[in-house]
Amino acid sequence: MAQLADTERPFEFMSRLNLTLLTDLRARDAAELLEHLRVVPGAVIYHHTHHFLVQHQYLSPEPPNDFAFWVSNMLLEERLGEELAAVDVLRFATIHELREALVHVIENFLEGCTNLRVAPPGEEFYFEQSVSFVLPTGIVARNLSQFRDGLAQVSLNSISYHMFDARLRLEQGGDNDFSKWLEAALDEREVAAAMRRLDPYTHTEEGLRRQMIALIDARLHRESERARSG
Amino acid sequence: MPVLDDYAPIVGEGTVKELKLLGDRLAGQRVVNVNSTRVGGGVAEILTRLVPLLNEVGVKARWEVMSGSEEFFELTKKLHNALHGRPATFTAVERETYQRTTTANLRALDLEADICFIHDPQPAGLIAARQSLDSRWIWRCHIDVSAPAPGAWEFIAPMVEKYDLSVFSAPQFARSLPIPQALVAPSIDPLSDKNRELSKSECEAILTKLGIRSDKPIVTQVSRFDRWKDPLGVIQAWRLARQRVDCQLILAGGSATDDPEGAEVLREVRQQANGDPDVHILDLPPTANLEINAIQRASSVVIQKSLKEGFGLTVSEALWKAKPVIAGAVGGIPLQVSHKYSGILTHTTEGVAFWIKQLLSASDFARRLGENGREHVRNNFLLTRHMRDHLLCFLYLLKGPENIIRL
Repeated sequence: MAQLADTERPFEFMSRLNLTLLTDLRARDAAELLEHLRVVPGAVIYHHTHHFLVQHQYLSPEPPNDFAFWVSNMLLEERLGEELAAVDVLRFATIHELREALVHVIENFLEGCTNLRVAPPGEEFYFEQSVSFVLPTGIVARNLSQFRDGLAQVSLNSISYHMFDARLRLEQGGDNDFSKWLEAALDEREVAAAMRRLDPYTHTEEGLRRQMIALIDARLHRESERARSG
Repeated sequence: MPVLDDYAPIVGEGTVKELKLLGDRLAGQRVVNVNSTRVGGGVAEILTRLVPLLNEVGVKARWEVMSGSEEFFELTKKLHNALHGRPATFTAVERETYQRTTTANLRALDLEADICFIHDPQPAGLIAARQSLDSRWIWRCHIDVSAPAPGAWEFIAPMVEKYDLSVFSAPQFARSLPIPQALVAPSIDPLSDKNRELSKSECEAILTKLGIRSDKPIVTQVSRFDRWKDPLGVIQAWRLARQRVDCQLILAGGSATDDPEGAEVLREVRQQANGDPDVHILDLPPTANLEINAIQRASSVVIQKSLKEGFGLTVSEALWKAKPVIAGAVGGIPLQVSHKYSGILTHTTEGVAFWIKQLLSASDFARRLGENGREHVRNNFLLTRHMRDHLLCFLYLLKGPENIIRL
């Protein structure tokens, strides 16, 4: 594989570990879900749209989000569940926008709803929030080859942080950390764009890791070929 | 005793490294755990493994066990059942017993630490030491307190509300509290004698020693002899299933030192079995971990027919061995089992009987349930995830309460 040039702006792989806190809010039907969804902190929206990705790694495609799962399985409102599951998280650059989209879907449903279904006792929707602890992994990349090795080594939490949190929760302009660095520090626009196009919500995180590594390997292979022929 | 690196082949190098990094941030912090029994029950099992691992990453963790009279443990068993919803009244004498035992333990236990991690209602009163010690206090509730009998929650609420943080195993178990509530599911240790890989010959040798034949499929429930685990219902379900599919039943359990009711339930179970040679009732000591491991591995179906549960970790134990599990949809069990995907959730004795027949007859489906269950446990219910959550609770107390904390 080719050893491409080092950058003076190394990439530091971070990790993010979540502690789940329970709020006092719970919903028994779609109207209560909407009422709380409008006012809960962003950390609650983030939790319920992302923790499935961590807890159900072995499922592919992963269950969409807690709101959709609860509406489909506890309220048995399959149409609303499907619509909530179809909310494309990648379209939004902020938690605020994502919240608005979820609220809009439920509002539309309630407008045409004459008979609200209620969850069985004990199956209410419990609003939880993630407290995120962000820490450096100690793995640093100065070129594409080192970046590829780092990607292979870090935990899925690290990948999740750079792909999901950086893009949506930390509100860094809707881009993931990997693509931003590859483009800005290494001028690897093609790989950066390809990573940006990946929909992380439709892969297991391990699958996402494999895809990203494959993209880099292909790039390094091309560079090797070019060096050999040149 | 395994060290942290031994878990890397199971959960990945990155996960182990993260635990070490968290430990670096907590190096030297003194944490004392207090519960009410050294052996038997999930809490003791978890602390046995977790405390050494916390020390390995730099946390100065200790484990103290409170002591109490038979009278005290009868009261706390009654309190435990009342918190689960069984009606009870608490007399002035009982309250005095609780207070007296708490005071004696406050004198006897070394609670000098940065964080006091108190497990369950028995030692909850130790929060009284907070007046004199400069430390953070966590109350870890391992049981479901969402629908207690009148008077039960009021018994412990004045103590619980003085803690800095409460920890529950699942949102359904919790109550509205004026203090933050963290959610931390319990875990199993994949390297313990109860869960480590066993060879076929090891399994066979243990089963032979226990007098279990291998000529018929085995259906098993591993649980304390406790009414909430419904061992009588298990026998009834197995009898219904056996009308269609020949199989034997193992009820393996024991009674923890804080569970005086166990002997009575065991007597009723023996009476119900009525000497049937296909029913094996094994009253095992708390140290019989290899035996339980072998029994679970030799089983074709594992049952956990609980009527009420804290979390029901025996479900994760069976799933980790890739066994199809039929379990009551109560407490923390639905967190471990997705119906028809990683196991079977049931609500009735007849339902358990039906699924015993189905799973013994459809082995491919049963195998898929077990395999999915194992992966779900790998991702969510192993000791390393539990250790991480404890470390995060400590960090939350020391560095919180923001939603994003940079370490």
